[in-house]
Amino acid sequence: MRSLLLPEFTISRSDSCDRCRACEHQCSFGVHTYDASQDMMISDNYRCAGCQRCAVFCPKGAIEIRPTPSFYRPNASWSRERIEDIKRQAETGGVILTGCGSDKPFRIYWDHILLNASQVTNPSIDPLREPMELRTFLGSKPESLSLSDMEAGTDPVLTLETPMLFSAMSYGAISYNAFQALAIAASRSGTFFNTGEGGMPAEMRSQFKEHTIVQVASGRFGIDAEYLNSGAAVEIKIGQGAKPGIGGHLPGEKVSQHVAATRMIPEGTDAISPAPHHDIYSIEDLEMLISAIKEVTNYEKPVIVKVAAVHNISAIASGIVRAGADIIAIDGMRGGTGAAPKAIRDNVGIPIELAVSSVDRRLRDEGIRERCSIIAGGGIRCSADVVKAIALGADAVYIGTAALIAMGCTLCQRCYTGRCSWGICTQDPGLMRRLNVEEAAQRLVNLLSAWSHEIKEMLGGMGINAIESLRGNRDQLRGIGLHEWELDVLGIKGAGE
Amino acid sequence: MDELQMEIPCIRTFNESMIEIDASHMETRELNNLLREIMLCGYEKVVLRNVCGQRYIGTRLYSPQRRVMTIEIYGTPGNDLGAFLFGHRILVHGNAQDGVGNTMESGEIVINGRAGDVTGMSMRGGRIFVKGDVSYRAALHMKEHGLKKPVIVVGGTSQDFLGEYMAGGIVILLGLYRAHTARFIGSGMHGGAIYIRGEVGEEQVDSSVLISRPDESDMEILGDCISDFIERFPDLSLDMDYVLEGDWTKLSPRSSRPYGKLYA
Ligand code: SF4
Ligand code: SF4
Repeated sequence: MRSLLLPEFTISRSDSCDRCRACEHQCSFGVHTYDASQDMMISDNYRCAGCQRCAVFCPKGAIEIRPTPSFYRPNASWSRERIEDIKRQAETGGVILTGCGSDKPFRIYWDHILLNASQVTNPSIDPLREPMELRTFLGSKPESLSLSDMEAGTDPVLTLETPMLFSAMSYGAISYNAFQALAIAASRSGTFFNTGEGGMPAEMRSQFKEHTIVQVASGRFGIDAEYLNSGAAVEIKIGQGAKPGIGGHLPGEKVSQHVAATRMIPEGTDAISPAPHHDIYSIEDLEMLISAIKEVTNYEKPVIVKVAAVHNISAIASGIVRAGADIIAIDGMRGGTGAAPKAIRDNVGIPIELAVSSVDRRLRDEGIRERCSIIAGGGIRCSADVVKAIALGADAVYIGTAALIAMGCTLCQRCYTGRCSWGICTQDPGLMRRLNVEEAAQRLVNLLSAWSHEIKEMLGGMGINAIESLRGNRDQLRGIGLHEWELDVLGIKGAGE
Repeated sequence: MDELQMEIPCIRTFNESMIEIDASHMETRELNNLLREIMLCGYEKVVLRNVCGQRYIGTRLYSPQRRVMTIEIYGTPGNDLGAFLFGHRILVHGNAQDGVGNTMESGEIVINGRAGDVTGMSMRGGRIFVKGDVSYRAALHMKEHGLKKPVIVVGGTSQDFLGEYMAGGIVILLGLYRAHTARFIGSGMHGGAIYIRGEVGEEQVDSSVLISRPDESDMEILGDCISDFIERFPDLSLDMDYVLEGDWTKLSPRSSRPYGKLYA
C-alpha cells in the first residue's frame, strides 16, 4: 500500500557539499545516496528520523535538517500528529510504537518551582571553601539506635557519593557499549547503574559488582541466584513511567547471540515481558517476592521496588513500604523508554514532581518514611531538577534520558527500530562501534560531576551544607504560576508568601 | 566439615553427612538460617520433620562454590518452595503450595502429592516431578537457553493457563487420575513443548498453539522423562509401556515471534 504520509523532515544540502559521502555512511536509516550519473548526493526525506547524525558529521557543515515546512490545513482539533497517526494505522492496522519519554506539553512542574537562597540572616556557604556533603545512603534506616543494635548490624544500605543513579536500561534495549559506559561511569562516580531487565553479562559481574543494581522484571530474564547476588541491590520492576500497566516486547531482531545468552533465552525469539509479574497480584504477593529475594541474597542487599507514578501512588507506596521494600523508586510519566505504544506513553501516569511529593508526605504522615528511601525518576533534566526533587522528598534521583543525551542521543524517538545512529539503542555491531566506551563513560562522569558542583552551589546558597538537610525541606521551594491544588499536592507555598 | 552449633534444640539426630531437624514452631527465616548453616558445614542431606507453611525452603542455599544437598521434607512447605533453587534436590512427602520452583536455576524438586499455582514459573533449568495435580498457570513463562532445558512432569493434570507465555522447556502431563479439562493452555506460548497424555481439544488451547501428535524424537524425550518419573514414585507401580501407549498430544508454539505483527 502506498504511504500517504508527508515526510517528517526536510533535508537541505548546501553548495559547499563536496560529495565525500560521509553522510551516506553515517545515516543508519538509508537517507543519503550518491548518484554517480549526476555526481551528486540525493536524500530521501521520507526515511529521515531527524537524528542529526549526518549534520554533525558532515565535514563541510553542508546539511541542515528541519521539520518539514509543508503542512495540512491548520486545525486545532486535528493536528498533524493526529492526522498522520491515523493514516499510518490505516496503512498497517498496528499499534504505534515510539521511543523516549512523552514529548507532549504537560506542565513541567520543575519550571514552576523556585529555589530559595540565604540573604543576611542565615549566611550562604561557599562550597569552594567549605565542605559540602552530597553523600547519600539509600535503604531502610532504624528509627532509633542503641549500642546493642550497632553490634547486631543494621539493614544493608547503598552508599552514593552524589544523589544520582543511572536508571534501568537493559542490555538488549541499549547496546553493549552503552551498557558498559554506564557501568564504568557509575563506578568512577561512586554511584550505581541499573541492569534493567535484560540480565547482567557474566564477564562484567565481578568488576562492577559494587556499583550494580540488578533488576527483576516480569519477564524474569537472565535471573538466577548468581545474578541476584552479582550486584549491590536488587530492584523489582513493577512499572515504568513511560508505559505504566503494560509489559514490553524486545523484538527478536534485537535478541542477538550475546543478548540471548545474557537473558537466558534462545537467539532471535521475542523477549516478552508480561504486563504484571504473574506471581504478584497483591501487596502480600509483593511481600513474598521481596522476601524471596532477600532470602536468596542472604539479607545482604537492599531491595528496591520500582513503580510508575500513577493516580493513587501514595497509597501504593505505603503498601510497598509495608511489604518490606527498602527503597521505592517512582518513575514519572515523562520517563524514557526504548519502545512503548505512543497511546500509553502520552496518556497514562502523572508527573514525577506531584508523585514524589505526595508519596513523601504520605509516608511521613504514616510514620514510616524512615523505613524506606525514595528515588525519583522520569523527567530529571538538570541539577536544579535534582535539588527540587530532593526538597520535595526524594532521597536521590534516577537519570536515564539525561544519561543517553550525554552519550550522544538526540531524542529522535526511534530507539524501537534498533537502528540508533549514535550506537546507543542498537545491537547492530557496526552501529554499536560508533559509541566509544571510554569516551561515553567520560561524558557521563563529566555530567555527574558538573551537576554535583551545581547542586553544591545551590545548597550553599540556601545555607545548607549537607544534602541530607535538604530532603523534604519544602521551605526552600516556592511555586509560581500554579493553582491552589497544585501547591497543595506539592506541599509548597506560592512565591512571595 | 565446619562445626555446627549442636546445642540447637531442634536438631534431632545427626551423623557425618545427614542431619535431622524438627521444624515445628520454627519461623521461616529461622529455619532457612539453619539450613544455610547446615549447607555451609558441608552436610549432604537434611531431613525436615513437621514442616508447616515455612516459605522459601531452599532459596537461601545459593553459594558461589555451588554446594548442593538433599532436603527431605515431611509436612507441608509454604509458598515459593525452592524459589531460585541453585542445584539442590528437594523431596516433599506431602503437598506443596504456590510457587514451587519459582525461577529455579537447577536441581530437582519432587512432590509426593499435589502442587499449587504457578508451579515452575520462569524456571530455567532443573526438573520438577509432581505425583498429583498442579494448579493454575503452571510452567508460566518457563525458559530455556542452550543446554539448560527445564522439565516438569506431572502425574495428574493441571488447571487453566498451563504454559502461559512459555518460552522454553518441557512440560508433561500424564493424566493418570482424570481427564484434562484445563483451558487457555499455552496463551502467548512462544517456545518449548507441552506433552499431554489424552485428548486436548482446539477449544482448550490458545490460538498461539499448534496441536500435533508427538513424533519419534518426541517419544524419546517422553520415554526418558517418564522413566525418571516412575523411578521417583515407585509406590505408583506404573508400567512404562502403559503410560507411553496412551493417546499423546503435543502442543507447541506456532511462532517464536507471537507479537511480530502487532505494531505499525
Ligand atoms: S557529508 Fe556533507 S560534504 Fe559529505 S556528501 Fe554528505 S553533505 Fe556532502
Ligand atoms: S537512543 Fe538513539 S534511537 Fe533512541 S532517541 Fe536517542 S538517538 Fe534516537
